[in-house]
Amino acid sequence: MSQQKQASAKHHVAGYAFSLVLTFVALFVALYTSLPASVKLIGIVVLAILQMVVQLIYFMHVTEGSKIYQLLSLGYGIFVAIVVVAGSIWIMLYNTMTQ
Amino acid sequence: MAELDQKVNLPDFPEYQTEDGRLKIFGFWVFLAAEVVLFSTLFATYLVFKDQTAGGPTAKDLFEVKEFMAETLILLTSSFTCGLATLKMRLGQKKGVLMWMGLTLLLGLGFMVMEIGEFIKYVGEGATIGTSAFLSAFYVLLSTHGVHVSLGILWVSLLLIQVVKRGLTPITSRKLFIAGLYWHFLDVVWIFVFTAVYLTGLVS
Repeated sequence: MSQQKQASAKHHVAGYAFSLVLTFVALFVALYTSLPASVKLIGIVVLAILQMVVQLIYFMHVTEGSKIYQLLSLGYGIFVAIVVVAGSIWIMLYNTMTQ
Repeated sequence: MAELDQKVNLPDFPEYQTEDGRLKIFGFWVFLAAEVVLFSTLFATYLVFKDQTAGGPTAKDLFEVKEFMAETLILLTSSFTCGLATLKMRLGQKKGVLMWMGLTLLLGLGFMVMEIGEFIKYVGEGATIGTSAFLSAFYVLLSTHGVHVSLGILWVSLLLIQVVKRGLTPITSRKLFIAGLYWHFLDVVWIFVFTAVYLTGLVS
């Protein structure tokens, strides 16, 4: 058991390294590349989602405890969040188009 | 004070030892899911209004890469030190918990000082909460996150006093684990602020 715990110190350092890399890649994609704006936006959103997954797995230990119920409730929260955010942007897009 | 250094005889994963602990941790995940929804409404509002600047300053006029990168790195680092505190808690090392959680608190305070400084600077440039729909949505989203961080600092400070007094028990361990979940969650919210507010503001 103590070996498993020792391994998780490396686990945390790996999580930190991943989160730093993802942050700087997002900054680079957004500000220092000449990609079209839509590609940049999709890219940084994907990087943010990866960043969230890193935090959930490496730091928040989402796979421990009541694993299925935790993931279900969090998944439902994220589903509602996507509906609210994407739905609002979608509706307001049509709103400005008809003006 | 020698007892501080002593390894406490705790079971593995002390936070999950009791039914009560397991249920409270699960309950906190449900709370976090509700927080996801709360923040999503504020993000939706911000994203809908981000270009409605009413002739006032725009995102490009206000945001500075150095400032928001510093805030992001401080918060990411605090998430890491908080993770190490959870690790030390599981190893039963009280001194390690106090050190890493203390460092997390200092980084949290540093973040709040930077964010408040940023707001004061923006207001000085004529970008107040009443200037435009963009700025109203901006301040409401960022302040809601900032209030959460401030409450987290207060919560963890009180919790550390309890850890000093009672040591690492299955109960204080569970409390530390839950406070850690809250802190990491605030970092996740900030990642989306970094992406949807700062980076998006400088892209479009």
